[in-house]
Amino acid sequence: MKQLTAATRARYFRRQLVDRVMGGLCIAAAGVGLILLALILWMLFSNGLAGLTLDTFTKPMSQPGSGGGLANAIIGSLLQVGVGAMIGAPLGMMVGVYLSEVGKESRFASIVRFVNDILLSAPSVLIGLFVYQIAVLPFGGFSGVAGSIALALIAMPIVARTTEDILRLVPQAYRDGAIALGSRENEVVRKVVLPAAFGGILTGILLAVARIAGETAPLLFTSLGNDIWSTDMTQPMASLPMAIVRYSNTPYPEWVSLAWTGAMLITVGVLVLNIASRFSYAAVAGKQGG
Amino acid sequence: MVAAMTTDTQQPAARTPRTTPMAAPTVTATNATAKPTRIRLEHINAFYGQKQALFDVNLDIPDNTVTAFIGASGCGKSTLLRCLNRMNDTIPSARVEGAIRMDGTDINSPEIDPVQVRTRIGMVFQKPNPFPMSIYDNIAYGPRTHKLYGSKADLDELVEKSLRRAALWDEVKDRLNKSGLGLSGGQQQRLVIARTLAVSPAVILMDEPCSALDPIATAHIEALIDQLREHTCIVIVTHSMAQAARVSQRTAFFHMGKLIESGPTDQIFTMPKLDQTQDYITGRFG
Repeated sequence: MKQLTAATRARYFRRQLVDRVMGGLCIAAAGVGLILLALILWMLFSNGLAGLTLDTFTKPMSQPGSGGGLANAIIGSLLQVGVGAMIGAPLGMMVGVYLSEVGKESRFASIVRFVNDILLSAPSVLIGLFVYQIAVLPFGGFSGVAGSIALALIAMPIVARTTEDILRLVPQAYRDGAIALGSRENEVVRKVVLPAAFGGILTGILLAVARIAGETAPLLFTSLGNDIWSTDMTQPMASLPMAIVRYSNTPYPEWVSLAWTGAMLITVGVLVLNIASRFSYAAVAGKQGG
Repeated sequence: MVAAMTTDTQQPAARTPRTTPMAAPTVTATNATAKPTRIRLEHINAFYGQKQALFDVNLDIPDNTVTAFIGASGCGKSTLLRCLNRMNDTIPSARVEGAIRMDGTDINSPEIDPVQVRTRIGMVFQKPNPFPMSIYDNIAYGPRTHKLYGSKADLDELVEKSLRRAALWDEVKDRLNKSGLGLSGGQQQRLVIARTLAVSPAVILMDEPCSALDPIATAHIEALIDQLREHTCIVIVTHSMAQAARVSQRTAFFHMGKLIESGPTDQIFTMPKLDQTQDYITGRFG
């Protein structure tokens, strides 16, 4: 090998040093994040598993000392999150399709995109108050439906954003190919673009569901919470986040323990959804790709 | 007809030995002008925003013939190709003036639906673009969109026929339900051609269809183009002089948005009328 000059060698070592330092900092940052996550999970499971019994799933909340569970909060969360996602996800998908395929860089699309971004970062308590105004006051009371609407309003911008981002990743060549075969705009989107992006959109929806499953503030002023078993969505409705708030602020060890269990259940649910979204994405990508 | 062919005055006296170092064409143009005109271009001007991309192009494209558009990058040949099936409609800033008459009808007139134009005039792109779905579904896409079949058996037959015409059937018949993206580049391009053939277009436009392919795959596509000529009118944009000489019977040379010269391919390559054409095909510029 040719002899390096002193200046070249100095520059080489400097670059190597900078590379190592930056690499080390990145690893350290990742490590801090992972350790915190591990600590949170450890705390959650060590506290949550203690209160986990069959009663948690079969009995509704009840007075301290009478052995209640979280059944009503679990079913309440499932119902409100489910209905919320069923309202929010299609709306969000439509907004995303509009932004990516129809509006594109037009002025109106830019405004929609901007408003969507604001909605995306709006404090969720604000959304709760808004829904209180439009869906609680006019109908004379708190209800599961109002909770679902609030959750839908949180899910919609997330789904809209991910849908637009994913659709933009679909190669223009697919659209050109479909147009050149004589497809109309709506056929291009329905038959080629959306199927190609399906895995990514599904991931976005699942992540939005995971997000709203843990939301508390929007439910404060909408579905309120309920101590008794109820699946009537026109009535106040329990939910896991509301149960956690209610139980953790009490002096009863039994309730505090149940609050931990509720927190653990949400976390596990979100974790399962995240893993499912990974698998669904891989499955769809595997079917489409070579 | 005569006005549009002013550069054709020298008829196939072009039997003289070639002066350019081109590969021998697999097909020599034999009296290509005898074929009826399929598409007639009259005074085409095209613009992208303020920028004019094509200047007063007049050209007759005959049926059952491969017409090659050649010229340096940015000379307008792809723009012209995209005018022919109104793909430029998808670019908001694009504007096209002049008449493009296919079998006498102006495809740009207001009562013509661009979707119908694109069904009659298929297009194959530079980069193979099979849809991310099965080989079968790729071919069935057009027939399904335009409801071109009666029963499932009809569709099966149409898919097989299209793949056979694209010389791909034997390679994929056992994997029709596998993804089209799993094929090699050359196979993908033939798949895309088969997909186009499935809607029985009268004209097929090809925008540098071999530029992303290796020489063997290129040879496959070129042989295919030659077969397809029997039933269709083909227009191919290519950067390869050798390819233009091999596959086309007529050649149109573009420079800076203008049609400089057009005529039978062997004439253009052996006795171009203009020095500009001569310079380009011999590689002195471009």
